[in-house]
Amino acid sequence: MSEAAFNVQTKMGKPWKKPPFVQRKWLRLILLVGIVAYLIAAYMTIDVNWSRVYQGLERGKKFVMAFTNPDFTTRSTDIWEGMFESIIMTVASSVVGIAISIPIALGAARNVAPLSVYLICRGIIAISRALQEIIVAILLVAIFGFGPLAGFLTLSFATIGFLSKLLAEDIESMDRAQAEAIKASGARWMQWVNYGVQPQVMPRLIGLSIYRLDINFRESAILGLVGAGGIGATLNTAFDRYEYDTAAAILIIIIVIVMALEYLSGVVRARVQ
Amino acid sequence: MLRLEKLVKTYKTGDQALQAVDMDIPEGQVLALIGPSGAGKSTLIRCINRLVEPTSGKVYLGDIELTGLSSGSLRRERRRMGMIFQEYALVERLTVMENVLSGRLGYVGFWRSFLRRFPQSDVDEAFRLLDRVGLAHMADKRADELSGGQRQRVGICRALIQNPALLLVDEPTASLDPKTSRQIMRLICELCKERGLAAIINIHDVALAQMFVQRVIGLRLGAIEFDGPPEGLTPDVLTTIYGEEDWEATIESVDEEDEVVAQ
Repeated sequence: MSEAAFNVQTKMGKPWKKPPFVQRKWLRLILLVGIVAYLIAAYMTIDVNWSRVYQGLERGKKFVMAFTNPDFTTRSTDIWEGMFESIIMTVASSVVGIAISIPIALGAARNVAPLSVYLICRGIIAISRALQEIIVAILLVAIFGFGPLAGFLTLSFATIGFLSKLLAEDIESMDRAQAEAIKASGARWMQWVNYGVQPQVMPRLIGLSIYRLDINFRESAILGLVGAGGIGATLNTAFDRYEYDTAAAILIIIIVIVMALEYLSGVVRARVQ
Repeated sequence: MLRLEKLVKTYKTGDQALQAVDMDIPEGQVLALIGPSGAGKSTLIRCINRLVEPTSGKVYLGDIELTGLSSGSLRRERRRMGMIFQEYALVERLTVMENVLSGRLGYVGFWRSFLRRFPQSDVDEAFRLLDRVGLAHMADKRADELSGGQRQRVGICRALIQNPALLLVDEPTASLDPKTSRQIMRLICELCKERGLAAIINIHDVALAQMFVQRVIGLRLGAIEFDGPPEGLTPDVLTTIYGEEDWEATIESVDEEDEVVAQ
């Protein structure tokens, strides 16, 4: 509607409504009906075998009951060995992964890197993100054999995709003026990154690093299931032997450590703002 | 000292920000660049230190042609051009001292700057400059703890510690109140006089420009419309630069307003 044709009097005395996201009324209706129909159809395909559920309840109950008396002692050597391996795997893979991620993140930020470097770094990130941890772990276990080395490499690889992508996005959304001011002083590229870019993205980098540490620890418990070492291997063995009390003990330890990391990340992030 | 020859900047979008601008600034002259938003003021001063790459034309600083320099030599020449920014552009999470010392980055190696081990002479000079603008006691504060006027003074120190021959000043008072604006403009002009610096000051406040500078250049649609002393800015001239408006009030205010006492 042109400015001249707009008559404000026609709008007076009527309530005002926000224009709808989908402008055409018939399209809006079709979309709505479609979504509802899809939800119903999807629900119908879920096939629950109730008798199987009933049988499983008994085992589920045993498992839940095991949490009331977790057994830390019988397999304590296995638990501590597994835990120790997991922690080493987590810390080592986080440190290595983060160290590799930072240059890749710089390369994957369009406002820092030229197009050719940008495409290469984005490619690395895409590959790392496309391959799910478990798949990478299975592949690396096949190459390097059972044990924590495969787990360490898997987690390092996964850290690169995660951290580089999110850090690159933070670099891309930084304040241009601050970086420009450093460039105008005649700084070298490295100095420009150190003074103009790094201070702006540091809180995010630290926050993401601790978050990734947290994820890597949890992942290390899963990777044990495919033979990549750590506490997951111990947990898997406990389940295989129906030692739910030992499994419960392991899960409790994992929960406590994850909570501790969560708390730690809160404290650190508050400090670096 | 600074000479622009037929400087042209055409952005990728096709906007002609600068159309063959010629300009000659002698040693120690403070010049105000006025004009409406989008006239190419910011582009012009960014083309001088090549934060924006000019499309064609030449820029000479002294005898050196800046437009043809490799990135390494450009870096060395940038040290001779201090820049003061709109909205200060301090690195907010660094301390005041780090911000001032960042003006020396072109002179020190990477590891020295990375470890914050600047030469003693640089640190002393930083304190001298901060003291000159009345902020020496704030050296260890983080830049985002300062007020607007204080931040801009730190920005001035950062530009001056480069020991430049020329100051490029982009809207230094854009987000400051009228009193602080005058203090900042006065400070910049005083410091230019003390050190014999030439300066190009982008400013949209015509009255403020008239109060402090010796020469005014009016830019409109990327071309120079006026070049002369501040007294030459008659209503007719302002109309050619900015378009039709009642300019009497803007010009008169200069004579009526009393000087605000500087700190």
